[in-house]
Amino acid sequence: MKWVDAMRQGRQGYLMSAPALALYLGLLVIPLGLTLVLSFNVFDYGSGINSEAYTFDHYVSLLGDPYFYEIFLRTFWISALTTILCVLIGVPEAYILSRMGAPWRSIFLILILTPLLISVVVRAFGWSLLLGADGLVNQTLQALGSSPMKLLYTPFAVVIALVHVMLPFMIIPVWTSLQKLDPAAEQAALSLGASQFTVIRKIVLPQIMPGVLSGTLIVFGLAASSFAIPGLLGGRRLKMVATLIYDQYLSELNWPMGAAIAVALLLLNLLIMLSWNRMIEGRYKKSLG
Amino acid sequence: MSRNGPFALLFHALVVVFMLAPLVVVCLVAFTPENTLSLPTTEFSLRWFRAVFERADFVDAFYNSLILAFCAASLATIIAVPAALAITRLEFPGRDFFNGLFLSPIIIPHLVLGVALLRLFALMGVNGSFAWLIFAHVLVITPYVLRLVLASAIGLDRSAEQAAQSLGAGRFTLFRQITLPMILPGVAGGWLLAFINSFDEVTLSIFVTSPATQTLPVRMYVYATESIDPMMAAVSALVIALTALTMILLDRVYGLDRVLVGKQ
Repeated sequence: MKWVDAMRQGRQGYLMSAPALALYLGLLVIPLGLTLVLSFNVFDYGSGINSEAYTFDHYVSLLGDPYFYEIFLRTFWISALTTILCVLIGVPEAYILSRMGAPWRSIFLILILTPLLISVVVRAFGWSLLLGADGLVNQTLQALGSSPMKLLYTPFAVVIALVHVMLPFMIIPVWTSLQKLDPAAEQAALSLGASQFTVIRKIVLPQIMPGVLSGTLIVFGLAASSFAIPGLLGGRRLKMVATLIYDQYLSELNWPMGAAIAVALLLLNLLIMLSWNRMIEGRYKKSLG
Repeated sequence: MSRNGPFALLFHALVVVFMLAPLVVVCLVAFTPENTLSLPTTEFSLRWFRAVFERADFVDAFYNSLILAFCAASLATIIAVPAALAITRLEFPGRDFFNGLFLSPIIIPHLVLGVALLRLFALMGVNGSFAWLIFAHVLVITPYVLRLVLASAIGLDRSAEQAAQSLGAGRFTLFRQITLPMILPGVAGGWLLAFINSFDEVTLSIFVTSPATQTLPVRMYVYATESIDPMMAAVSALVIALTALTMILLDRVYGLDRVLVGKQ
């Protein structure tokens, strides 16, 4: 009986996952496999890609060249900083929103999440207007008597714009899990004399942790893969991995080198995500006993 | 009535200003009468808006983006809902692997997907096809639908379903009458998030679009790297205005916070 049930569940499970599986096989697994092969192909600026010959050259120069190393490190710390800032801003903001009264709550939720609907290119352009040499920020600084600062085409501009773009991705999952909270639990704790801080730490935070974690995952992944923001706000010299790959493909036309960098970026990203995930799972198992 | 303290409200005000500042500045600069990117001080002009509508490439790109996002988000939802339900409630070998696989595009840089699909489409000879562009977008936005549907299905109280089942409800009735209403916040929010992401997507699209299938963000990105003039601000302002209009309509028809977070 148990065996029959397992068979039935298995068949149904595969059937329901089949469309997704077909999509991911055709447009994810196969193209990534092709790219992995491409990264080992011999490239020559005169004759282009040679699909018949294989080499480790691209990976050797990737590991040996400090230029590439610097770009990878920069991409990592910019993404990590963006994620931390999104947690520090997004989690309290979602909580504050959830405690607001009836009309304000929806109005501000909409105001804060609306930028999500607007193209990242528009937002990058907005930040370049604000942070430019004679943008609003520098005009304010000058009016206050300070000398203008170079803000655009610096890591600062990239991080600010990335936080702006990623914040809604942190707020939405946290808000979703906040909605599942039973307000009676908070009220009970308060009426039993717990401080507001204790309520947040002991009742709210543990329950919204899944939302915070899924937000963290989304934000880090998107920040590390960000292309338009560093492309428009980082300038030509402040390269991140995504803009480097773009150059290899579309300016240098060295597809195999670009593919090798893309594979390296992918592997590093997966490594960080998987170890992060494992750590989280471990903690959850422990806390569940 | 607010239960937030003054410090919380100050924090909140700063977040709101931070989120809106770049958009407000774009909208103001769009009305400049000058040839440079400056805030209009003495008069407002519509000259840069007229310039946008004379550009057929921008108008076409806008329609491309709209159709693409609608098709891709709907397909992604149709694919993600059964997969999410299978993962949360059925035991089968490879389930965890499927879960990881289906969420993986979130942690795979769009640029990597872009170059990988560029290679595939180039080998297939379909680079620049609109249909394949839709499928490429479905791939990158499915995880968002899946994540929200998973989140709403995981903590679900199964007793209502068990009650319906014991009363003889069929599989389809069970899904339509009990399960779907319970996971609807996840499904609706997922569709919206998917639509947004598809409409915004520039990184992958830049590799797999041709001039005929160019989306609005790609057109704008390319334009912004070539030349910066107030016309870019005017296009941006139009995008912002249309987005705001859509949000208001959606709010009237369905309720925006219901779409986003599933409140009744």
